[in-house]
Amino acid sequence: MDFSHNETRRMLADTIERYLRDKYPLGPRVEAGNSDAGFQPAHYEALAELGVLAALFSEDLGGFGGEGFDIAVVFEELGKRLVNEPVLDSALVPGSILGLAGKTDALEEIIAGAARYALAAEEPQALYDLTDVETTANKSGDGYTLTGTKTVVKYAEGAAGYIVSAQNDGKLSLFLVAPDVAERRDFITSDGGRAAELSFTDAPAELLLEDGAAALEDAADRAIVALSAEALGIMQTIREMTIEYLRTRKQFGVVIGKFQALQHRMAEMLLEIEQARSAVINAANALGSKSGAEKARILAATKYSIGRIGQLVAEESIQMHGGIGMTWEYDLGHYAKRLIMIDHEWGDQDFHLARFIELGRAA
Amino acid sequence: MDLNFTPEEQDFRTEVRDWIAANLPEEIARKVRHDAPLTKDEMERWQLILHEKGWLTYSWPAEFGGTGWGPVKQFIFEDEMARACCPRILPFGLKMLGPVLMKFGSKEQQDYYLPRMCDGTHWWCQGYSEPGAGSDLASLKTSAVRDGDHYIVNGQKTWTTLGQHADMIFCLVRTSTEGKPQEGISFLLIDMQSAGIEVRPIQTIDGGREVNEVWFTDVKVPTENLVGEENKGWTYAKYLLTHERTNIAGVGKSNQELDRLKDLATSQKRNGKPLAEDPLFAARLAKVEIELMNMEITNLRVLAQAEAGGAPGAESSMLKILGTEIEQELTDLTRRALGRSAQALTPEVDETGYNGPHVAPEGFNNASGVYFNHRKTTIYGGSNEIQKNIITKMIVGL
Ligand SMILES: Cc1cc2nc3c(=O)[nH]c(=O)nc-3n(C[C@H](O)[C@H](O)[C@H](O)COP(=O)(O)OP(=O)(O)OC[C@H]3O[C@@H](n4cnc5c(N)ncnc54)[C@H](O)[C@@H]3O)c2cc1C
Repeated sequence: MDFSHNETRRMLADTIERYLRDKYPLGPRVEAGNSDAGFQPAHYEALAELGVLAALFSEDLGGFGGEGFDIAVVFEELGKRLVNEPVLDSALVPGSILGLAGKTDALEEIIAGAARYALAAEEPQALYDLTDVETTANKSGDGYTLTGTKTVVKYAEGAAGYIVSAQNDGKLSLFLVAPDVAERRDFITSDGGRAAELSFTDAPAELLLEDGAAALEDAADRAIVALSAEALGIMQTIREMTIEYLRTRKQFGVVIGKFQALQHRMAEMLLEIEQARSAVINAANALGSKSGAEKARILAATKYSIGRIGQLVAEESIQMHGGIGMTWEYDLGHYAKRLIMIDHEWGDQDFHLARFIELGRAA
Repeated sequence: MDLNFTPEEQDFRTEVRDWIAANLPEEIARKVRHDAPLTKDEMERWQLILHEKGWLTYSWPAEFGGTGWGPVKQFIFEDEMARACCPRILPFGLKMLGPVLMKFGSKEQQDYYLPRMCDGTHWWCQGYSEPGAGSDLASLKTSAVRDGDHYIVNGQKTWTTLGQHADMIFCLVRTSTEGKPQEGISFLLIDMQSAGIEVRPIQTIDGGREVNEVWFTDVKVPTENLVGEENKGWTYAKYLLTHERTNIAGVGKSNQELDRLKDLATSQKRNGKPLAEDPLFAARLAKVEIELMNMEITNLRVLAQAEAGGAPGAESSMLKILGTEIEQELTDLTRRALGRSAQALTPEVDETGYNGPHVAPEGFNNASGVYFNHRKTTIYGGSNEIQKNIITKMIVGL
């Protein structure tokens, strides 16, 4: 048994860590995320140059990684610095699907950071269930047209194309849609980022995968590993901030870390973060080495754990900071907001707990 | 044992309910229902409507122009206000400073300030906390030095809620550094227009604009603005802290939020079925409803005791903890019930002329913001850790 990362991954982590430490202060990230800009394209391109995007894909797809632990290493580093460059939404998720659909040119552009794509799968009536789809596809000539609405499509603005799920004659198919044939309404997300609502009315579409369910599930699995690792990175930063605060903030003539009420809360938080790390390792490992219901159960367990522990860490750290934790100016709040919002992406803790129970029953 | 309100109390409830229905402007109620921030004008407008009816001073004794209602009637009034989505009455003047002036202020101060906090002349804010003095309030450093018929005030207050609108601030200031820290604190009323005062906004985690820093540089304050005696301010501040017992738990507001959440859980679907029928969500919802049910009775027990003239004990602290935890749980469940759409930040949806996307269902456009903002409730007003310290100190007595 060996829980350490191999040399390549350690180097990758170091490279990302160094770049972000030197070049990625929180201020501009918060500003970009809470304005129409959304993110900072120059950083996105720089990350692509560092090989961050290539690390997310296997060699046959033009990358140099693509395993669960490659994804986990990248996203843990991104989480530590609260990076909101759309590595997950514009590269990992659409790239995985385009790879399965044999769209190697598009994937090459994604890996180079030259083009971004967006997955439009979630619908307003569906609570995280990507199979609850009302968007319909109709044959038209030798192509298709789509009609329907997709909600909270992250970083849709500026995407070279949308990957859209739709009901197609009893199947859940995936299509590629050009951005100019969709109606897009952009908005800011509460964790500082950009998303849009997309409507399609008889929008011309190219069929990517007739049976898209498996590709969607594969993308979801990867997204869960990525998001969970990102959350873990965020938790580590929050952990350091909170430890530092307990050691320095004085009330009643002593540092507040001397109060047993806070010591026990902190201890709880510390042990839960270790549980979160184990959950991430479990999921990253399962991504390539397990299959079927066993893999699905592990991923559900991880996302559930991250949701639950993320909430605990966000809430407890704010509470232990007192008023300062409630401010925009102090970094903690921005980390806490992202941590909570991770529970709103790719299924929340209840969704995955229910899934875990169901999969267990079926086994 | 009789858990019912008397027929007279029930009639009173009906009277309040009918009056609110006829007098609460719908556009204001709508904003409150949707957790949209109110403007200064809207807050003042509602307080003036109440003032004209004579109900703004619902918690004051008749001798000071109040309604003279006992704790139970006050509770019923607050409960109805919350259920009908009335704006919350600003507590700083009416509920905090008012009672202190009635008990410790001079006749001149009572005659001058009490009417002005009702008719909209004075918007008050509370200047207790400082950067270094939060839970340990007695360590405050803002100094007031006597100079003839004035005090010269220097220092900084922080977290001053709605101080950006305020005409006046009541402050705890240090007038002596001798003896125990509590023994050198005085209670001072300061005009926010005074030279040397600077208000700087603090933006909250949700982007909101409700708290401020207030800086004092050689601010001249007439000595007649001292409340009670010099160096006795701590006693007055503590009186204020134990005074609030009828609404500290926020039963009415939480019931209203619960109703709203239940409606939402019916319209939101998971696997084609209402979220309210999802076993996990239903269990969460049921648990908070049960907690609220129990707390409502706890609150009534405290009320009955207060009505009979009982001295307040640890129960204020208990109700503060219960009330804020339930409130936070409700904002948490509301956010969850929205699923993905809780990620959208579109609080301006309720403004006229808005033409952006409607991602969340109507009335829930700021649910995440509300959730994050409500983290404050377990921090302010004496953090819940401090309340727990108080409870064990009072009951275990070690
Ligand atoms: C939104 C908001 C509005 C506010 N409005 C006002 C206002 O209008 N006027 C005003 O004067 N103040 C206001 N406050 C200030 C509020 O009262 C303080 O934030 C509160 O007293 C806590 O102080 P602190 O923030 O300095 O935290 P600290 O006192 O530094 O506390 C940090 C942590 O340590 C814990 N802690 C501290 N001492 C102990 C102990 N002995 N045992 C166990 N745990 C302990 C706390 O519970 C907390 O978790 C407001 C605060 C907020 C957030």
